[in-house]
Amino acid sequence: MQPSRSKKQFAIRALVSALALTSFSVSASELDLAAEKGLEIATEADRRDFGFGDLSNNLTMTLRNKYGEESVRTMRTKTLEQEGDGDKSLVIFDNPRDVKGTAFLSFTHKVGSDDQWLYLPALKRVKRISSSNKSGPFMGSEFSYEDIASQEVEKYTYQYLRNETFDGRDHFVLELDPVDPKSGYSIQHIWIDTTEYRAWKTDFYDRKGDLMKTLTASDFNQYADKYWRAHKMMMINHQMGKSTELLYNDWVFSNGFSDRDFTKNSLSRAK
Amino acid sequence: MINRKILVLLPLVAALTQTAVANELTGYAGLEARAFNADPLDTAQSDAGISASLSLEYYRDFDDGNQRIVASAFARWDSEDSERNHGDLGELYWWKAYDSFELYAGVRKVFWGVTETLHLVDVINQDDALENIDGEDKLGQPMISLLMERDWGTLEVYGLLGFRERQFAGREGRLRAPLPVDEDAVIYQSDREEKHIDWALRYSHVLGDWDLGLSHFSGTNRDPLLQLTKDGLFTPYYAQIDQTGVDIQTTRGDWLWKFEAISFKPRGEDRQTAAVGGFEYTLYVIGESVADLGLLVEYQFDDRRGPWSTASQNDIAVGARYALNNTQDTEFLLAVSTDLDNGSRFSNLEVTHRLNDRWLLEAEARFFGNADEKDPTYNLRNDDYLELELRRYF
Repeated sequence: MQPSRSKKQFAIRALVSALALTSFSVSASELDLAAEKGLEIATEADRRDFGFGDLSNNLTMTLRNKYGEESVRTMRTKTLEQEGDGDKSLVIFDNPRDVKGTAFLSFTHKVGSDDQWLYLPALKRVKRISSSNKSGPFMGSEFSYEDIASQEVEKYTYQYLRNETFDGRDHFVLELDPVDPKSGYSIQHIWIDTTEYRAWKTDFYDRKGDLMKTLTASDFNQYADKYWRAHKMMMINHQMGKSTELLYNDWVFSNGFSDRDFTKNSLSRAK
Repeated sequence: MINRKILVLLPLVAALTQTAVANELTGYAGLEARAFNADPLDTAQSDAGISASLSLEYYRDFDDGNQRIVASAFARWDSEDSERNHGDLGELYWWKAYDSFELYAGVRKVFWGVTETLHLVDVINQDDALENIDGEDKLGQPMISLLMERDWGTLEVYGLLGFRERQFAGREGRLRAPLPVDEDAVIYQSDREEKHIDWALRYSHVLGDWDLGLSHFSGTNRDPLLQLTKDGLFTPYYAQIDQTGVDIQTTRGDWLWKFEAISFKPRGEDRQTAAVGGFEYTLYVIGESVADLGLLVEYQFDDRRGPWSTASQNDIAVGARYALNNTQDTEFLLAVSTDLDNGSRFSNLEVTHRLNDRWLLEAEARFFGNADEKDPTYNLRNDDYLELELRRYF
């Protein structure tokens, strides 16, 4: 009874890795080699990025429709890493000018829904908002809310598909299946390079299983000899003929942020 | 008054002599046109008019981000009602973060509460009633306040120095009481009149899905009672009140549940109660589109009677917000509130549409349908209007 024994072995190993990851739960019977390898790669990518502490950056988002017309959004973000939970982040909008000063606070959770608040400067009002809008567009762009939210290992189940080489790099190709039933995607295919575990490309498939969008990252820089960050991201919507380009500037690590910089009170003061 | 000015100006001087600090001047200029649907109740009142507005805000951070100066001002010029030519220094304050608390000194605007169709708990600022009758525009309030953030919540203490009187539309203006208000004949319950120092305290906390607030205000009521004088005019009367408020929101997936209640005690009179509560439910990504539709239902209760009675004694408000989520952020907001006792209905439609990075178009339509004689909106029964505003941000 060789096959069943090997299955049992995997079940035990899965249990061990589940314990090591805490709160991550996977039905042992569904686990196979590809799933285990997929999860290992995702976990390793996450591990390599852990410990950055805090960071800030500026970003410019250029929206292009199928006629080539552009509109630009600019914003500043601050992120604080949390031990044992998702990141806290603050986004302050600078453009378009009518939303200037609007700010967005979010506590990402590995499990369960995120906490989100919006500051409306004209009313001096902080509003708790629903975080269940996953697939809606962020600022009218081709990025949805789930695309810009902090990526946690626990938010997907994984399958390792194959290795693939392009641009002179070898990549793991993984299939990601979102845990949240409200996700706008059936699956995602992601290309992670085998040396530094950077995500270079993601294909997003809609709920019907058709290819919807492709995200391409480029201009990676390494910070603190450890953390890789892309300075450019291009999201192309194949179905709508639209695209959104994200340009990141001024990545700063170790700003010395604390939890006090990520409260409703600090949100109402964000400039 | 002089002390207050010095308090604000000293750090301002300090701020201006620093280098490499964050600072920015922003604002907008707007052109507004209003047209009323029906003939006015008083022939002196106008049928339509245009007005221009300017809003400016400046801030400067210094001392490594531990101190800030904020100044903002607003002004409007109106073609029809000279009383609606008005300006306000909405903010002029200094903020400093100490190790264990934060200090604000100067003129500020502060918002409290969670509900959408009525703001019962929000008591710090006087309404800018000339700007809009919805009570969302405010006048700056001079204050000194302390804020403490701890693991057990946020505590704020306010000393409110100097009262801001409400301003009313003139004889030519629409959206007013049946008789013009003589603001110069103002009467205060307190002997200290507008110099009465008001106090407020607020505790708020976030516990998982729950946002909680508890507040108390003691001082001059922001909402005046209008009393008839022998000259056939109204005069505002400002009572001394104690008001305790609670505001609660719980956020459950697509559902936001909201509740506010106040216990209202005018000096020398019985304690009274008002509450508003309901839900907001949002449908995201409707059909094949990227649009979303938010639905809102709030019930309003108020047992204040006689001179204290409000328009929201036993009313239900139903609303819908339709957002296209396009590049222009086109959004429609429709809300209808109905008095369950007398059937008076108030409808509000707002549309916003961005033209480009710097230009914004807004439209607002309001209808006072079926206004019952006993309802406060009866005074506005002929004042249905459509308003268009074009704004240029800089």
